[in-house]
Amino acid sequence: MGYSDRKIWGYRRENGRVGVRNHVAILPLDDISNAACEAVAAHIQGTIALPHSYGRLQFGADLDLHFRTIIGTGANPNVAACIVIGIEEGWTQKVVEGIAATGKPVAGFWIEGNGDIATVAAASRKAKEFSQWASELVRTECPLTDVWVAAKCGESDTTTGLASCPTVGNMYDKLVELGLYGCFGETSELTGAEHLAAARAADADVAAKFMKTWQSYQDDVIEAHKTSDLSDSQPTKGNIAGGLTTIEEKALGNLEKIGKKTSFIDVLEPAEAPARGPGLYFMDTSSAAAECCTLQAAAGYVVHCFPTGQGNVIGNPIMPVIKITGNPRTVRLMSEHVDVDVSGIVRRDMTIDQAGDALIDMIARTANGRLTAAEALGHREFVMTKLYRSA
Amino acid sequence: MDAPHLLVHDRRDNVGVVVVEGLEAGTDMLCVVTEDNSEFRMTVSQPVQIGHKVALRDFAAGDTVIKYGEDIGKVVQPIGKGAHVHTHNLKTKRW
Repeated sequence: MGYSDRKIWGYRRENGRVGVRNHVAILPLDDISNAACEAVAAHIQGTIALPHSYGRLQFGADLDLHFRTIIGTGANPNVAACIVIGIEEGWTQKVVEGIAATGKPVAGFWIEGNGDIATVAAASRKAKEFSQWASELVRTECPLTDVWVAAKCGESDTTTGLASCPTVGNMYDKLVELGLYGCFGETSELTGAEHLAAARAADADVAAKFMKTWQSYQDDVIEAHKTSDLSDSQPTKGNIAGGLTTIEEKALGNLEKIGKKTSFIDVLEPAEAPARGPGLYFMDTSSAAAECCTLQAAAGYVVHCFPTGQGNVIGNPIMPVIKITGNPRTVRLMSEHVDVDVSGIVRRDMTIDQAGDALIDMIARTANGRLTAAEALGHREFVMTKLYRSA
Repeated sequence: MDAPHLLVHDRRDNVGVVVVEGLEAGTDMLCVVTEDNSEFRMTVSQPVQIGHKVALRDFAAGDTVIKYGEDIGKVVQPIGKGAHVHTHNLKTKRW
């Protein structure tokens, strides 16, 4: 097929991972440090602030997830260097140390005892140094399969199961066997196809781990919190407008994203980095687009493939999100959001195999630096997953 | 190959998906099963939007709707062959 020889131009980071963007991230530990981070990013060119809503009085598994997400985001290979700002020193340094394990430049600043103005001044000096350093980094030739590619679908309709999700599945079927790291999630949204998902696990242990994760989501999240049934939430109003009627129908279309033959080799916690080598991974995530993408980026994925039917416009601040649609109406009405048009599949003038090739080309072009539609339109949705109320 | 009006995933399916805009009642649809690219024709009995489903046979309440060769829910109102299948006559078995 030739994909094993396919090269892209990426940034080979200190830990050997390949990044396709070269961000200097200004990362808040907590919600009250957003203002300082945004001030630094407004002042120093070539930097990007990643404001979010959490980080105070979290505890237990929820706090672990917070740190995993923040550290993972800073550690992502699309980030060249990172400034961390928090309200106090202890947790700020914990994040700095976590990111520093990658070998990349990282520095922490804290506001208590200093105030915003002095903190912003000190962080800005360091951010300027990082930005100028990062601007001289040069892309080098890397195997396409060194680009970790995650997937999640959104504003799905019946065309996602017919065209855009099978396109992503075809890509995984072609690249995972050559050494790609892949990832899919959306635990609740596999309901109705969970038996088929479990059957795609690489062995019985992974299948059991998947079913335990899926059942736990049913029991601890959905059954524990639902007020009637979930018919107004899953499928969403947008899904229903697009013709999807039941969660089973939605799940079967969703699962088309993992292709016909690729099996997944492990089940990851939210934002957990894959550790069993190349292959496809399932991650326990919400089905909300921004949350899922944020968790996958925090796990180290550097490009995202996002099939949409009705036209979800999601982006991510550090990970380019490639939109694929097979809905001719969405192509007609929302073309500025579409990177890969596979609507030819429903007209029978494009095969799934051709669509998979077109997506692989777009992954390579995106890795080489082409801005995705979401990047060009300024979509930077960074949404942390929170497991329960803070203390 | 002509562009189809309706796509069906699997030969076992009893519904198909409209893939053209502006489909009118009474249209003699070209229907294609994507599994094997086989074709058949069927008349749609009401206007159905792109992406929405059409019944390939008559259904009684309690019947199971099959798509992708799998169970996608139960019929809650009788549906005639060629009619629109959606939230008004099909419900999940899960929640």
